Amino acid sequence: MKGVRHYPGFLAMAVACLAILYVPLIVVMVYSFNDSTSITTWGGFSWRWYADVFTGPEAPRFKAAAWNSITIAVLAASAATTIAVAASLVMIRGGRFRGKSATFALINLPLMVPEIVTAVATLIFFSAIGLVTGYVTILIAHIVFCIPFAYLPIAARLQGIEDSFEQAARDLYATQWQAFRLVLLPLMLPGVVSGFLLAFIISLDDFIITNFVKGAGMETLPTAIFGSVKQGIKPNIMAISTMMLAVSILFVTLSYFVNRIGQRTRS
Amino acid sequence: MAGMAPEPGVDGGGKAGLGYRRLIGPLLVPTWVMIGIFLVLPVLLMAVYSFLTKEFRGGVVWDFTLAAYDQFFLNRGLFGDEPPVIEWTYITIFWRSIWQAAVATLICLAVGFPTAWFIATRPPKSRAIWLFLITVPYWVNLLIRTVSLKFLIRDNGPLNESLMAIGLISDPLPLVNTNLAVQLGLFYSYLPFMVLPIYAAVERYNFALSEAAADLYASRWVTLREIVLPVVKPGIIAGCILVFVPSLGAFLAPDLLGGAKTFMIGSLIDEQFRGSQGNWPFGAAAAMILMTLVLIVLMIYARAQTKAEAR
Amino acid sequence: MRRMSTAIEIRSAVKRYGTTTALHSISLEIADNEFFTLLGPSGCGKTTLLRCIAGFEDLNDGEIRLFGRDIARLDPNHRPVNTVFQQYALFPHMTVLENVAFGLKMKGMGLADRTARAGKMLEMVHLSAFADRMPAQLSGGQQQRVALARALAPEPKVLLLDEPLSALDLKLRQAMRVELKMLQEQTGITFVFVTHDQEEALTMSDRIAVMSQGRVQQVGTARDIYEVPVNRFVADFIGETNLLEVTVDAVSGAAAKVTLPGGQKITCPVAQGVMPGKHHLSIRPERISLAAKGELDAVVDRIVYLGTDLQILTHLTTGEPFHIRIQNSARIVLPAPGDRVALQIEVGAARLLAD
Repeated sequence: MKGVRHYPGFLAMAVACLAILYVPLIVVMVYSFNDSTSITTWGGFSWRWYADVFTGPEAPRFKAAAWNSITIAVLAASAATTIAVAASLVMIRGGRFRGKSATFALINLPLMVPEIVTAVATLIFFSAIGLVTGYVTILIAHIVFCIPFAYLPIAARLQGIEDSFEQAARDLYATQWQAFRLVLLPLMLPGVVSGFLLAFIISLDDFIITNFVKGAGMETLPTAIFGSVKQGIKPNIMAISTMMLAVSILFVTLSYFVNRIGQRTRS
Repeated sequence: MAGMAPEPGVDGGGKAGLGYRRLIGPLLVPTWVMIGIFLVLPVLLMAVYSFLTKEFRGGVVWDFTLAAYDQFFLNRGLFGDEPPVIEWTYITIFWRSIWQAAVATLICLAVGFPTAWFIATRPPKSRAIWLFLITVPYWVNLLIRTVSLKFLIRDNGPLNESLMAIGLISDPLPLVNTNLAVQLGLFYSYLPFMVLPIYAAVERYNFALSEAAADLYASRWVTLREIVLPVVKPGIIAGCILVFVPSLGAFLAPDLLGGAKTFMIGSLIDEQFRGSQGNWPFGAAAAMILMTLVLIVLMIYARAQTKAEAR
Repeated sequence: MRRMSTAIEIRSAVKRYGTTTALHSISLEIADNEFFTLLGPSGCGKTTLLRCIAGFEDLNDGEIRLFGRDIARLDPNHRPVNTVFQQYALFPHMTVLENVAFGLKMKGMGLADRTARAGKMLEMVHLSAFADRMPAQLSGGQQQRVALARALAPEPKVLLLDEPLSALDLKLRQAMRVELKMLQEQTGITFVFVTHDQEEALTMSDRIAVMSQGRVQQVGTARDIYEVPVNRFVADFIGETNLLEVTVDAVSGAAAKVTLPGGQKITCPVAQGVMPGKHHLSIRPERISLAAKGELDAVVDRIVYLGTDLQILTHLTTGEPFHIRIQNSARIVLPAPGDRVALQIEVGAARLLAD
């Protein structure tokens, strides 16, 4: 007799679920090493498509796109993280104040509005104020939707830190800024790093909003991939996809371990 | 709602001694500026745009009119001079989106519930591993995930190839450009959103209730239906909302995996802003209608929550 | 003596969790219509045993028979045994009435019938007015009675109660003890009650099984266990006692010649199978009196005033601590701390323990 936790078939479903989630990704990874130019038949193991990405005919385009993606992600994540730290200090340590729930709603707003609506609205806005679409417009839009993603882990971490630490610092003659910089911020660090990594990935991966506000000349990696896919799935797309996949997984794992370390040094 | 930032604690003056109250203004300015100016304002502006006239080359002319909504709902003939009949084209597109999103949600529920239950009933160490494994694919770029799904199921893709190779089928299954493909794409995109809230609810579930039910002669499945589901319901509903809402306005899955017959809201809106064929007010109107739909769903959810809490 | 039928027979039950053994070959017989208590400190295995009877755990070895029928392989929902859970486990989304009627619904009773029967059960526990409330609206004591009504509604052969009173405050607990005992006599169902509170066990039970570390130490009535403990654990766990290390010089029949720490020799009753050698003697503090002459010599340390009793803490001249309880009364002349006193053991009050 099995316990009340056991239901026949649930294990199979969970395994099937994992399989469904991973199979397409694994297939892409495998085929990115396909030596044959035909997308369908296996021609042997090869790095040629990876080489093609960096040196082939489309390489300049992808390189430019990658550069844009990475720089925008770094800038947007940094800005969003800073803004989120400031906001979380107020929300978690500021007690009750007028407009607190409005601010809370505001912080979560980018998560609630459907992406396509945000995209349209942002495009309309930039057009109305006459800001030419391009790098800057992408950056601004990214900062906006990265804020809630950075905020989540930062606020969660801050919530778990008792104020007795800062109080002790102030008691020992530290100014508010010193107490923050030397005591609170180091304690918050796992959350801040986690928030940054999260925001970075979100920015790097964004397609819909970026596609709308990028204008004609700009490409980021996702939009470049999309444009290429529209013309047919080519092997070098598999290679780029695998690389982006690896980067995403790397960042997630990093974020996970940062959190784990943070747990162990939890106050 | 699951996934939202932690609710700020309500407390009195204890924190005041740390001096953050003085800084509320300056510290919140960046947040209010960024989100207020670059999200709230644009959405309001978009609402305004839906009442403007379309410019020939794309963009708008600042003439207020209901033309966009008119075009959406009514058909006045080729030259606009016939008596109005209901224009079904766009309504159908919206209805189809609701339908696709609903089916995708159901598929997510059917697969996600057993998975969430299974993970929540593992010992703590393996639980963490399972959760990690389930969420990792989510972090991969949605575009790449959709592309990989397309690659897998298309006519000359690996799935068909292997099925044909082992002789199960003789002709490739026409999977892409179908409703099923889109639903699969949506399911693939948002499955973790269903699993995680249900997992959280099952983790908090008091298994003594299941034991009590068994003690009182209920079979495993009756217990599931009569005891577990009602108690875990909030998690299930949260999961459904988290899948349904994004699926409504999804763009990538329908665009890459679907075809003309599976045209959805996301593609409709996108179309309005491409090149000179576009109709900005119409696109804004369609986006407004989508927002309204989402708001209705969220309000129903919020009302159901407060009713459940009052009980 | 009229032979009672055996409700539950447990034979050599063994339960292991990985490398730890929770139950070491337990054998017990519980009679029909009996209020039987499993008593012991936390971790002794009493709850594990209860759960094995209910069916939530499988035995690694051994048998469980219910009125002669082997139920060890049956799922819990196929055993005519019902449980009152420690934290009640009332279904939060059902009304009180629906909770009580649940077992009946599972057994296929129609709506009218089960509503009627559930109503009767609620009457029995004096909660008819709460039939349409939700469990969250009830107090702890009320929830407990609902749990009771729910478990009794399907007319089980045996009712298992897993520390049901531990979450209640003192006054309520005492009231519930009386109610539970009356309920058991009224319904005639065999009650198997698990508790760590010995007062509860002593006041409610027909018989008690004292458990420790996965083994049954002793089974008997309250009087048996208190007056004739078999080993140090039972002697110490139930009530208060003084344990003295003594030497058994000789055993003849049911009596043994024992040398006390101070050198005095006494004769005391002994259980079967006890061999000469080093043993412990258990003497209840209320069975000692201060006298002019006695078997033990002691020096008074402190006198503790307990209202109804007085506790006199001493240590023997050989060093062991020894305490005495006497009833408070104006007529007593109390010794002062530091005084030498002689302690006289009541006849038959010294019990020799197996260990």
